[in-house]
Amino acid sequence: MRALSFSAVNSIASAASPEPRRSDVVLDVRELRKIYGTTTVVDGFSFAIPRGECYALLGPNGAGKTTTLRCCLGLVEPDGGAIELLGEPVPQRAREARVRVGVVPQLDNLDPDFTVAENLLVYGRYFGLPDALIRERIPALLDFASLAHKKDAWIGELSGGMKRRLTLARALVNDPELVFMDEPTTGLDPQARHLIWERLKQLLARGKTIVLTTHFMDEAERLANRLAVIDRGAKIAEGAPRELIRAHIEAHVVEVFGDGATQWAEGIDRNLVSRLEVSGETAFCYAVDPAPILRDLEGRPNLRYLHRPANLEDLFLKLTGREMRDEA
Amino acid sequence: MSSIQQSSSQAQARAPEAPRPHAVLYAAPRPSRRFIPVWRRNYLVWRKYLFERILSNIIEPLITLVAFGYGLGSLLPDVGGASYLQFLASGSICMSVMYSAKFESLWGAYSRMDTQKTWAAIMNTPSSIDDIVLGEVAWAGTKALITGVAMLIVIWALGVGRSPLSLLALPVLLLSGLAFSAMALIVNSMARGYDTLSNYFVVVVTPMVFLSGVFFPLEQLPAWLAAIARWLPLAAMVDAVRPLILGRLPEHLAGDLALLVAYGAACYYTALVLTRRRLLK
Repeated sequence: MRALSFSAVNSIASAASPEPRRSDVVLDVRELRKIYGTTTVVDGFSFAIPRGECYALLGPNGAGKTTTLRCCLGLVEPDGGAIELLGEPVPQRAREARVRVGVVPQLDNLDPDFTVAENLLVYGRYFGLPDALIRERIPALLDFASLAHKKDAWIGELSGGMKRRLTLARALVNDPELVFMDEPTTGLDPQARHLIWERLKQLLARGKTIVLTTHFMDEAERLANRLAVIDRGAKIAEGAPRELIRAHIEAHVVEVFGDGATQWAEGIDRNLVSRLEVSGETAFCYAVDPAPILRDLEGRPNLRYLHRPANLEDLFLKLTGREMRDEA
Repeated sequence: MSSIQQSSSQAQARAPEAPRPHAVLYAAPRPSRRFIPVWRRNYLVWRKYLFERILSNIIEPLITLVAFGYGLGSLLPDVGGASYLQFLASGSICMSVMYSAKFESLWGAYSRMDTQKTWAAIMNTPSSIDDIVLGEVAWAGTKALITGVAMLIVIWALGVGRSPLSLLALPVLLLSGLAFSAMALIVNSMARGYDTLSNYFVVVVTPMVFLSGVFFPLEQLPAWLAAIARWLPLAAMVDAVRPLILGRLPEHLAGDLALLVAYGAACYYTALVLTRRRLLK
C-alpha cells in the first residue's frame, strides 16, 4: 500500500515544475513575519504556489502553520512581508480574494443550529450567492461529501468523518479556485482519512489549488506536489516530497527499539551505518545498504526493529535534531 | 492565464500601503450589504421555533401585567394620572424589549462567537467582522422589535392602552433595541465565559431596570439618584415610550432620542473595536 502511494505521488510530483511561472502563481507569500509579544511565530517565510498544485506546510504543532494561513486569509495582520492571494494584495483586499477561496478550518465550526443542507445554504449566502444558485449546487456538494442520505440530519447526529466531509463540501460552495485546509484529517480514524484524501485528489484532478497544513508525514507525501517543512516559523526545506528525501536522506532506515536499543547503538560498528540518530528509546540507523545492519540485528532477539524506506519524518529529524511529533 | 496576470498587476498598482495593526483595529466601521446574510442566519434559526418564541413573547408579559398590574396595582393609587396597570404596562414594554436585545447579544452572540465558532466560520468568507457585528446588532434590534410588537398586542387586547400614538413607539423600541444590543456586544467581546454575562446582568442590567422608572416614577428616588438615573438609556427609553403608549406626546422626545442614538453609536463603535481585537489575531 505504501509503495503504491509513493509511486502515485511521484507521478504527480514529476508533473509539477519546480519553479512556478509568475503568471501561474495563485498565492505568493514573501518574507512573512508575525510576532506575538516576544515570540516570533512566523519568521521570514516565503513561498509561491502555482495554479493546480497541492502545497503542504508540514511542521509540528506550534510551528506557525495556522498563523501563516490566517495571514494569507487577511484575518491576521502580519508584522512584515507581503502576500498576494489570487492577484489581490492581502490584507488590503483580502475580502475580494476570499470570494474565490474555500477554507477547511482545523476545528469543525459547522453551524449546529442547522441541518446538513441548511449549513450549505446559509454558508453560500455569506459569499453573496443567490439562494437559487446555492440550492442548485447542494445536491452535487452532498454527493461529493457522500452525505446525500444525511441531507436533513442535524450536525450533532454526524460522525467525525461526516462532519469533516461536510466542512469540505461547505468550503466548495462558492466553487473556489484555491482551498486552504488546516489539518484536514486530524482526529479522524484511518478509514475516514483515506476518504478525505481521495476527495482531495478529486479536487486536484478538477484543477483546484490546495494549500494544506499537516503534521502527518504520510499525508504530505501522499497529497502534496511540493511541501515546505517549517519549524519555529521558518522554512527549513522545500520541494517535492520524494526529491527532498532523496536529496537529504539515505534510502534505507532501520529503526531499532526495545530493551537495550540505545546501548546497542552506542556499540555499533560505525562502518555499517552512514548516520545514526537516537531519539527517545529508538535508534534510527540510516544506510545506503541496510543488509549488514539487518544481519547484525538477526542475532539479537531482545531488540525489535523496523526496516523501512526513508520518509519526511527522517528529514525533519535530520534538519532539526528533533522528532516531528514533539511539540515545538 | 493572461487575464489573471493582468488583474494581478492592476491589483498591485492600486494596492494601498499595508495598514498598521492599530489602524485596522480602530478603523471606522465599514458597513456593507454583507451584514444581511448574518441577519438572515439568525432569523432562520429563530423561525425554526416560531411558535414557541411567539408564545413566550405573549405569555410572559401577560403574566407580568396580570400579576403585578391587576394584583398589586389594585392596591395602589394612580401614578401620574394613569392607573398602575397602565403605568406598569408602558414601562415593562421597555424592559422586555431591552431584555430581548440583551439576551440575544449576550448569550446568543457569545454562543455563536465562542462556543459554536460560527463567527470564525463566517470570517473565512467575504463577510468580515464588521458585517458580523452589524448583522448581530441588526438582528437583536429586530428581535427586540418583535418582542415589543407582541407586547403592544397584549396591551391593546387587555385594553390597557389603545391610542394610535402607540404605533409611534415602535421606531423608538427598535432604536433602543439596537442601542442595548450594541452595549451588550461590548460585554460579549470581553467575556471570558458565560459567568461574565450573568455578572453583567446582575451588576448593570437589573439595577438599571429599577432606576429607570419601569416600576415606579423616578421622582420617588432621592434627588441625587434621580439626577443620575435620567442619563440611563433605559430611563430615556421609558420617558419616550410611556406617554406614547398612554396616548400623549412625550415632553423630551428629542433629548431622549439623542441620548439613545449617542449611546448606540458609541457602544457600536466600541463593541466593533473590541471584537476586532478579540478575533483578528
